[in-house]
Amino acid sequence: MAKTETTLKTAKRSSLSERTKEAISGYIYISPFFVLFAIFGLFPIIFSFYLGFQKWNGLGEMEFVGLQNFKWVLSDEIFWTSLSNTLIMWVLGTIPQLLFGIILAYALNAALIKMKSFFRVAIFMPYVTSTVAVAIVFGIMFNSQDFGLINVILGWFGVDPISWNTSWWGVKIAISTMVFWRWVGYNTIIYLAGLQAIPNELYEAAQIDGATIRQKIQYITIPMLRPIIILTVFTSTIGALQLFTEPLIYIGRSFREEGITVVLYLYREAFTNLSFGPASAAAIILFIIIIILSSINVFVANRIGR
Amino acid sequence: MSEKTVSNKVSISKLFVYALLVIASFLSIFPLYWMFVMATNHNSAINSVPPAFIPGSELVTNFTNVINTIDFWGAIGNSLIVSVVATLGVLFLCSLAGFAFAKFEFKGKNFLFFAILITMMIPPQLGLIPQYIIISKLDWLNDLKAIIIPGLIDAFGIFWMRQYISSNVPNELVDAAKVDGCSNFRIYWNIAVPVIIPAFATLAIIKFMYIWNDFLWPLIVLREESSFTIQVALRGLIDNYVRDNGMILSGTFWATVPLIIVFLLLNRLFIQSLTEGAVKS
Repeated sequence: MAKTETTLKTAKRSSLSERTKEAISGYIYISPFFVLFAIFGLFPIIFSFYLGFQKWNGLGEMEFVGLQNFKWVLSDEIFWTSLSNTLIMWVLGTIPQLLFGIILAYALNAALIKMKSFFRVAIFMPYVTSTVAVAIVFGIMFNSQDFGLINVILGWFGVDPISWNTSWWGVKIAISTMVFWRWVGYNTIIYLAGLQAIPNELYEAAQIDGATIRQKIQYITIPMLRPIIILTVFTSTIGALQLFTEPLIYIGRSFREEGITVVLYLYREAFTNLSFGPASAAAIILFIIIIILSSINVFVANRIGR
Repeated sequence: MSEKTVSNKVSISKLFVYALLVIASFLSIFPLYWMFVMATNHNSAINSVPPAFIPGSELVTNFTNVINTIDFWGAIGNSLIVSVVATLGVLFLCSLAGFAFAKFEFKGKNFLFFAILITMMIPPQLGLIPQYIIISKLDWLNDLKAIIIPGLIDAFGIFWMRQYISSNVPNELVDAAKVDGCSNFRIYWNIAVPVIIPAFATLAIIKFMYIWNDFLWPLIVLREESSFTIQVALRGLIDNYVRDNGMILSGTFWATVPLIIVFLLLNRLFIQSLTEGAVKS
């Protein structure tokens, strides 16, 4: 009797310690993320909010200045230029990208199309190139001189050469084209995956009910694709607001006003002017803008097509 | 008669679809082709009207100029080191954490997992300046560690691995191994790892591409040429006063080609990996 009790106890204890062991292993296995994130993620974010209220050049003493940095940034004309540039290029780059993405996905999904995998690979290929390479190549194509490739092509249609990298719209169109080219194939493939997930029976049933192609698109394709459309709008918006590489490569160290973006502004303030306070304030403002725009995105996307 | 018009209609729409796909494919490939054309032509052939459209004979000259302008091989080497090491590190750490979240019971598990997902929403620029300060305080400026160590943080990777392990590693196997007295790490290593190779492949492609193409962060923390990754080094090509476009595009072409070749060889896996990641999250 006593013996069985002790065996039971040891069994219980060993199973308990098994569980503790499992929990300890669990904590150990997930700890690298939390340790690294605390150092290189969480702490910097908190410190950014702190820096936003300080005057500091990275070396001397910090000085608390209240909302001064925010006032300074918000009254800086170039900040507003950078914000409007970012928003304009967001519209120019994102909307055509998603629109063409859907059209191409629809084409790729069409029945009886041969060489589908060739088209898929070709259209996806731009995504595998690096942003820097894309920016350099397109920068040379959008050369302002007569011999710039785009100007030569425009010349065939009788259009006069455009000074792409110095004109207000020229810079934005050139940069948006780079973004468009690199991402349209990526979005196409995502939409294609969404289209292929729509069961064929739905279309067949609609066919029997005598639905037209437009009705099929309106009542089956768009609603079924909605979660994926929301996803792509969401990710491409966040990406567009963080635009940096293309404008930096295209307009160079001059940070020309025609092409400066918010992240470029932040970079210039922090690492060229060494004004860490205003730069942190700009980072916080960008964060707030991203939150606002993402919420609007989700809100609008939820209402459309309902 | 009516059947004929229907089939006509079908072939016209089919023609339209083909035309669309052919044009889209052409526009997708053309800049890459043009990069090659430029990389093989002399600057004067590029800067004439009309510019060159067929490959020339300056392939070697242009690339020699690239090597004389930037440390091309050194930069490729640095890029390979940071991408490979960070990718391997992420595969190990994320699968281990994903395994813990999928198969172990411990207090606060769901909360901690949720916290990891939340970190994915934060734009990376928010902490950029303090991150730079930390790196300089650690004396890691111009050190590849500055890219590799923060690169090991990958919330998506943990999410991805947890999902895959939950649905592909049977609980019975894990329990049986426990009964046999396997240590927790042995269970991970001998039972989970062999099953999750496909998830490794997907995450590896996503991570490798990300680190290889990253530009803003390396630009900030790598200031000396000997530590440049290829993306930062490429920028050095266009910073010259005399712009030799043949040389510039030779550099970008040879920096792009390796990835394109790997992509063409493994295109199915690549496309699936890079898009699945987006859809699943």
